Amino acid sequence: MATTQQCEMLLTVNGEAHSVIARPADTLLFVLRNKLRLTGAKPGCLNGDCGACTVLIDGGPIKSCMMLAIETVGKTITTIEGLKHSPIQQAFVEHFAFQCGYCTPGFIMNAHALTEKYPDASDDVIQEWLESNICRCTSYREIEQAVKSVLLKKHRND
Amino acid sequence: MIGKSVIRKEAWDKVTGAAKYTNDYVTPGTLHARLVTSPYAHANIQAIDIEKALSVPGVRAIVTGEGLPLTGEDLLDRPPIAFEKVRYHGEVVAVVVADTLVQAEKAANLVRITYEPLPVVGSPREALKEGAPLIHEQLGSYQKGRGIYPEPNTNIAHRTKIRKGNMEKGWAESDVVVEASFSFSPSDHAAMETRCATAEILPDGYIIIYASSQSPFMIKKLISSYFGEDVGKVIVHTPLVGGAYGGKTPVQLELLAYLASKAVGGRKVSVWNTREDDIITSPVHIGLEATVKLGCTNDGYLKAAEILYLFDGGAYSDKAIDVSRAGAVDCTGPYHIENVWCDSLCVYTNHPYACPFRGFGHGELSFAIERTMDLLAEKLQMDRLELRMKNAICPGHTTPTQVLLNNSNVGNLPKCIERLRELIHWDDWQRIEIDARTVRAKGVSCIWKTSTVDTDASSGAILTFNPNGSINLISGVVEIGTGTKTILAQILAEKMKMDIKDIHVKMEVDTQTTPEHWKTVASRGTFMAGRAVLKAADDAIRQLKEIASIVLRASVEDLEVGYGKVFLRDDPAIYVNIKDIAYGYKYPNGNAIGGQIIGRGNYILRHLTYLDKETGAGKPGPEWTVGAQAVEIEFDKRDYTYKIIRAVSVIDIGKVLNEKAAIGQVMGAMSMGLSWASRETFLFDRYERVLNPQLRTYRLLRFGEHPEYIVEFVETPQIDAPYGARGAGEHGLIGMPSALANALSVAAEVPLNELPLVPELIWRKKKGEHHGSI
Repeated sequence: MATTQQCEMLLTVNGEAHSVIARPADTLLFVLRNKLRLTGAKPGCLNGDCGACTVLIDGGPIKSCMMLAIETVGKTITTIEGLKHSPIQQAFVEHFAFQCGYCTPGFIMNAHALTEKYPDASDDVIQEWLESNICRCTSYREIEQAVKSVLLKKHRND
Repeated sequence: MIGKSVIRKEAWDKVTGAAKYTNDYVTPGTLHARLVTSPYAHANIQAIDIEKALSVPGVRAIVTGEGLPLTGEDLLDRPPIAFEKVRYHGEVVAVVVADTLVQAEKAANLVRITYEPLPVVGSPREALKEGAPLIHEQLGSYQKGRGIYPEPNTNIAHRTKIRKGNMEKGWAESDVVVEASFSFSPSDHAAMETRCATAEILPDGYIIIYASSQSPFMIKKLISSYFGEDVGKVIVHTPLVGGAYGGKTPVQLELLAYLASKAVGGRKVSVWNTREDDIITSPVHIGLEATVKLGCTNDGYLKAAEILYLFDGGAYSDKAIDVSRAGAVDCTGPYHIENVWCDSLCVYTNHPYACPFRGFGHGELSFAIERTMDLLAEKLQMDRLELRMKNAICPGHTTPTQVLLNNSNVGNLPKCIERLRELIHWDDWQRIEIDARTVRAKGVSCIWKTSTVDTDASSGAILTFNPNGSINLISGVVEIGTGTKTILAQILAEKMKMDIKDIHVKMEVDTQTTPEHWKTVASRGTFMAGRAVLKAADDAIRQLKEIASIVLRASVEDLEVGYGKVFLRDDPAIYVNIKDIAYGYKYPNGNAIGGQIIGRGNYILRHLTYLDKETGAGKPGPEWTVGAQAVEIEFDKRDYTYKIIRAVSVIDIGKVLNEKAAIGQVMGAMSMGLSWASRETFLFDRYERVLNPQLRTYRLLRFGEHPEYIVEFVETPQIDAPYGARGAGEHGLIGMPSALANALSVAAEVPLNELPLVPELIWRKKKGEHHGSI
C-alpha cells in the first residue's frame, strides 16, 4: 500500500546523526516522538494552532506537526532534549512560568530562539513570536516575565 | 518552609523535556485506536457496515456498542459506545484498532453507518418544553445512586431543591425587586494534552491501564463494577497530566481502551484523542440558562431570592448532575439571604455531555447572581460594592442548605471586599470617558465556593525512609499542574523540621502501590492529602521515637524529632541521627532493632451529609473559600471592541503555603475565566452540530492578550486544615465572567447577560435583538 511505503532518511537531531526509516508522509513530530523516542515535543492539535510541538530548525522555531520529517534532511534540528542549561529554562523555573508543563517545551524552544535572535526584542516582537503558542494553565504574565528577565540579562552582558 | 515559594519538585523535568505524560509511554508494539464518531446530534443508528474497514491491512478489530453495560457515576445512562441511537455530535459509534494510527484512521473512514436523523434539542429551555423530543426514553429504568432524582418521560436528569425560610415573608419585606435571565452555551476545557488512555490485559487477568486522568482510583472502581472485573486486578497508572481543569475527571477513554484491548486478545491498545475528538467527543464545560429574582429593602438588605438554574448537561448526565447540585448548594452567591427558593436542574440536550469545569458550577451561577446584584444596585442607585458589603455572608449566617457558618468554615468576605476597594481605587471612579470613543469601566463580583465531594471521600499517604534519612512521599494526588505534591512536601518538611530537598516526591500514581486519593478535584488536594501526610508524619515520628528511646535510653515522651535527628528535648546534644535508625539501629556487636520506618496516614471528610430531597438541607462540603474580584476594561464605543486592562482578586486562602504557586493558581484561573467569558463557546448549527471543534476556531486567550493581574490574599485559617489553608485552585476563575460582564455593561450602557462577551454580542444588545440575524 502506497501510504505505508517507507524510506530511509538521515536526520541531524541535537547534534547527533540518526538514520530513520519512515514514510515520506510522516511529520517531523511523529518521527521525533515515535522513531527517535524524543517525546519532549508534544502533540496538541496536529494543526499548527497550539505550538506545543515547536522545535528549532537551523535555529528558527517550527511547529513540527506542520513539517514533514523528510523536509528536514540536511538541516539541523534542535528539540527541548537538546537544550541544556539555557537561561530561558532557568528563567521559566524561577518565574513559575508553567504549571502542567505540557506546552512548556514548545514555549521554551520558541522563546529561546526569540532571545537568541532578538536580544533587544520590543513588546510587539515578543507578542508576535509568543502568540503562536497556547498555555492554558498560567496567565501568560509569568511567561512574559521569564522571557523579559532573559532579555534583560543579555542586555546587561552586552 | 510554610509560605515560601518553593520551586516545584518536577520543575526541571518540565523544562528539559524529561517530564512524561501518558502518550509519551506508548511503546513499540502498541496497537492504536481511532474513534468513529457521529456526524449527527440525534439520530437512530440503522446499520453499521464494517466490512470494508476490516479489509484495511493492519486492522485488528472494530468494536461497536452492542451488548455493553450502561455507565455513569450518578446515573447509569451512557453506553460507552453508542448503541441503537446517538445523542450528540461527536458521540463514539465504533472504535477501530490497528497496528498503526494511519491504518486505524484509514479504516475509520471506511466504516459505513446509516443514520435516521431525529429532531434535536438545542437548549435546556427547549428540552423542558411540552412535546420536546425525549433524549432518554428509558430514563425511568436507569440505575441510579442515592440522592439522584431523574424525572421519567422528561429530559430532566436531576432536580435539586433549595427551600429555606419563608418566601412570602421575604417578598413582603422586599421594597425593591429585580429579575433577569442569563444564558451561555457549553464550551471546552481545552487542556493542551488531549485525553489519552492505554489498556493491556495480561494472561493472568491483570488489567494495566495508563490514563491521563484526575481519577485513577475511580477508573479502577468503575471498570470493576461495569465489567465484573476483580477490582484488585485493575491497576491504573497516571503519570503527569497535561492540564485537566475538571475535564479529566470523567472515565471515558479508559473504558474504550479496555474494550479495545479485550477485542484484540489483551494486547496493549492506545486510545488518544485528536484535538477535534477532545473538544466534542469527550466531556465539555457545562452551559446554563438561569433566571434570578432578588428582593431587598430600600436600604439594600437582601430579603428574598428565587432562582432557577437550568444546567445544560448535554446528552449524558455524567458529573453534570453533581455540578447542578453544587449550583444549588451555593445558589445565592456569598450573600446572607434568609428566604431562598431555588430549583437547579440537570437537563438533557443534544449537546456534547458536560462534566466538571474549574469552579464546578460556581463560575456559572456567579455570572447570573453577580449580574443580578449589579442590576439591583442600579435600581437602588446604590454603590455596587456597598450593596455587596451590606449583604456579605459572615459567621453566624446560614448557607442555602442551612449550614451554620462559623469563624473556621468560612473566610472573611468583608475584609476581601475592603481590600479590593483599595486595590482598584474604586472610590476614585467607576466609569470614565477617555475621549469621544473610549470608555473605561470597572466591574466587581464576590465569590464563594465549597466542595460538594462524596461524603466519604478520603485520602491516604505513605512515607518510606531511605538509608540517609531522606523520605519518599507517596500520595494519590495526581500532579495536574497545580503543584500540590510540592506543597505536600513543604507540609512534610515543616512537620519533620527537615530540608525539603531530602523529600522525594513520587509524581506518578499507581493504584496498586499508591494509597487512594478519591479524585484530584475540588481544590481539595492540599486539604485532604495534607491531612493524610501530617498523620503519616506523626506515625513516622512515633516509630522514630520508639527506636530512639531504646538507643538513647530515654522515654519517648522526652524525645523530639527534627533536623535529621531524634534528640532529648532538654539536652539536644544527646541524640541519634535519623539515618542511623531509619533502616533499623545496629549495635556495635551486630545486633539490630527496628526496621525501615514506614509512616502511614489517611484522612476522611467528616460530618458531610446528603441533601434533603425537599428542602436541600444538609452539609455538602467542609468549608467555604470567599473572595472579591474586579475587572477594568477599556471599551471602544465605535466598534464595540474592548481591551481588558486589569484583573484583580482578593481571596481568603486561609494560609498561604507557597506564595508564588498560590498566586500562579489564582492568576491562571483568572486567565481561564476571562478567556471563557470573553470568547469561548461552542458554535452550534441548527442541527446542534459543533461548528468550531479546533483551536483555530475555538479561540483561547493568547500571549499578549493578557491584562495586568493583581492578586492578594487574606488569611482566615480553617482550623482543621493543614496550617489553616483553604482550597484555592478554582476560585480565581469564579468571578471573572461576571466582573467582566459588569464592567462592559457599565461601559456600553446596556445589560449584557449572555456569554461570551464578544463585540458582536455587545453590538446586538445595543442595536436591539431584531438585528440578531445579521
